[in-house]
Amino acid sequence: MKLDPTVCVFGEDVGHYGGSYKVTKGLADMFGDLRVLDTPIAENSFTGMGVGAGMKGLRPVVEGMNMGFLLLAYNQISNNCGMLHYTSGGQFKIPVVIRGPGGVGRQLGAEHSQRLESYFQSIPGLQMVACSTPYNAKGLMKAAIRSENPVVLFEHVLLYNLKEKIPDEEYVLCLEEAEMVRPGEHVTILTYSRMRYHVMQAAKTLVDKGYDPEVIDIRSLKPFDLHTIGNSIKKTHRVLIVEECMRTGGIGASLRSAIIDNFWDYLDAPIMCLSSQDVPTPYASTLEDATVVQPAQIVAAVEQICQ
Amino acid sequence: MAATSFTAAKFLAPVAARSGGERAPPLPAGASSSSFARAMRRGGAHHPRLRTALAVSSDVLAGNKAQAAAANPAVTREEALELYEDMVLGRVFEDMCAQMYYRGKMFGFVHLYNGQEAVSTGFIKYLNQADCVVSTYRDHVHALSKGVPARSVMAELFGKATGCCRGQGGSMHMFSAPHNLLGGFAFIGEGIPVATGAAFAAKYRHEVLKQSGPDGLDVTVAFFGDGTCNNGQFFECLNMAQLWKLPIIFVVENNLWAIGMSHLRATSDPEIFKKGPAFGMPGVHVDGMDVLKVREVAKEAIDRARRGEGPTLVECETYRFRGHSLADPDELRKPGKDYFPVSFYFFASLVKFLVLTRLSGEMENGIKASLAKFVAMLKMASNIVLMKTDEKSHYAARDPITALKKYIIEENLATESELKSIEKKIEDVVEEAVEFADASPHPPRSQLLENVFADPKGFGIGPDGKYRCEDPKFTQGTAQV
Repeated sequence: MKLDPTVCVFGEDVGHYGGSYKVTKGLADMFGDLRVLDTPIAENSFTGMGVGAGMKGLRPVVEGMNMGFLLLAYNQISNNCGMLHYTSGGQFKIPVVIRGPGGVGRQLGAEHSQRLESYFQSIPGLQMVACSTPYNAKGLMKAAIRSENPVVLFEHVLLYNLKEKIPDEEYVLCLEEAEMVRPGEHVTILTYSRMRYHVMQAAKTLVDKGYDPEVIDIRSLKPFDLHTIGNSIKKTHRVLIVEECMRTGGIGASLRSAIIDNFWDYLDAPIMCLSSQDVPTPYASTLEDATVVQPAQIVAAVEQICQ
Repeated sequence: MAATSFTAAKFLAPVAARSGGERAPPLPAGASSSSFARAMRRGGAHHPRLRTALAVSSDVLAGNKAQAAAANPAVTREEALELYEDMVLGRVFEDMCAQMYYRGKMFGFVHLYNGQEAVSTGFIKYLNQADCVVSTYRDHVHALSKGVPARSVMAELFGKATGCCRGQGGSMHMFSAPHNLLGGFAFIGEGIPVATGAAFAAKYRHEVLKQSGPDGLDVTVAFFGDGTCNNGQFFECLNMAQLWKLPIIFVVENNLWAIGMSHLRATSDPEIFKKGPAFGMPGVHVDGMDVLKVREVAKEAIDRARRGEGPTLVECETYRFRGHSLADPDELRKPGKDYFPVSFYFFASLVKFLVLTRLSGEMENGIKASLAKFVAMLKMASNIVLMKTDEKSHYAARDPITALKKYIIEENLATESELKSIEKKIEDVVEEAVEFADASPHPPRSQLLENVFADPKGFGIGPDGKYRCEDPKFTQGTAQV
């Protein structure tokens, strides 16, 4: 926001409150109430405002207080963010960033525990990335703001407390690239966001058991980085996808399909995909834990693939 | 079945808002003479404690026909001819669209604007190039009024590569960056937030970027219909626009019909302009069939917005002469159907009755007189009951182009032959547009992937490590993405 005065923020409680997860803390004091705009509760309309402002030269960062609330903004995200550049014959660009916390938290209830990446992935003209560490959060946010395309940046409710030493200076990550988390030889594990941590926890167990998993955080949910993913598959010949989306129509379903299309000849085993259950996330902690993928399931899946 | 917009009740209702509101700045001297402006001066600007927002009825609503006629403001010859030419362009263009559609040159959903020209011309001709217009699917004439060449619009409708959106948008998605036409939207209401965002950007440019135009803020005008006024996005944006005093005018083109749904059957309180004050902004009703009246209100609202005084809600009473779209059989608006309790048949019957009784009053036989009276009353009653009003004829008689032509000739602003030569010129422009569109090429396959992303890296990295958009087949439109 210091570098470019056209960058502004819209959202509920982003200004004086500093953001419901404190992502925009202090920004209103620095940049004023117009650049860090506290909106009324009207997601569809303020997202549309972001589109209109983007068309007229600003670079809005629109926050969904919880990503689930952006279901209210689906009209604007699909029709206008995604398609307006095309229907205008390339005359207007929509350089907006739509971001917010999503995913399954700790007993937040079904409606605050949604994974909107599966709903948005079909929208043409939209890019989607998911950050998972403080380092890639900063780099991807900067990349998203600089991008001329509309980008949806998925943060996760449970990852805001992570602490990491990151460089003070500017760095911008590539929106379209995946991140190699742990190189390995036996199996390619593709994951993103919070599930990366469950995978890494499972990886510790797997290493003790003698396995050597390669863990890739795909980061770019749309489009997929088929180069990094492909190189890994060509090496290990076995793929496990671990995601937080529902089994039906999730990112994993699309990824599996893309891998089959492009890398079928390199596979020695069927692609396994561990997803959340097709169940509204229950409030009770025991049930909630059962809906998302746990490290023990990941270990079991790797053992099965590597037989 | 009261069409409340047409009752003769006179109302000018200042809606008192919360106390402790800020003092509104006084309007500069020399403001226009429209009833809206007069009302603002009377009630809106000088209450230090109360912030009043006004619902202003038009003179037509107030039933004051004589005043309405006299209230037509002075307009110069140049202005009048500009308005006339623009409306004729809109009408001739839309008639040509109908022809082309039925000849198989235009496809899909095409929504024509015949009858509503006064609204588009009245507002848009008062705007600058830098001001923005946002419309709906009934957008051809808004595009033309904003300055998009007729040939670009026609080529777009034919789906040709030379169209204003390269053939990718079509009838419902007219855009033009040089003319600041921000669409063309298929879903009703979805353009209103975009317009609000454009207005926000204008305020932002002024306050944050310190870029100010010499006239004040760049203004955005959002056009939409009566059906849209029952949609959430409308209300959400009225709130935000007034909250942040955005330079936007919300123009409701109330043509009484949303496809086949009558406004009165869909809306609990059909007086849309009164919804402005609920959000703290002035709401104005205007006769949308009279371009000079629309222009007066437009001037006031646009100047207000430019000065930073915030948004206005303007409800234009207008009518579409054709169906909702070219695919609409338009059966619900046939003559003989009941829609208005007030009709000239009613008055005709009344006159007949009065004449009859007057004549029969001189006649020798009291019984004959009573009989004549009775027959006349029956006729009147039957007219009311059977509602033989023809809504279409009612509005056809108020055709904005005919009305302006009459005004121009009566006020000696131009001669009949000058107007005829304008009409001829427009016909040539539209003919040429059709020829241009016909001769233009269809978009080639290579165009398929080009505008999906502003930065085509958005298609991602392929298995070979190269970006998809670097694949030579990308520019051919056949790349795997």
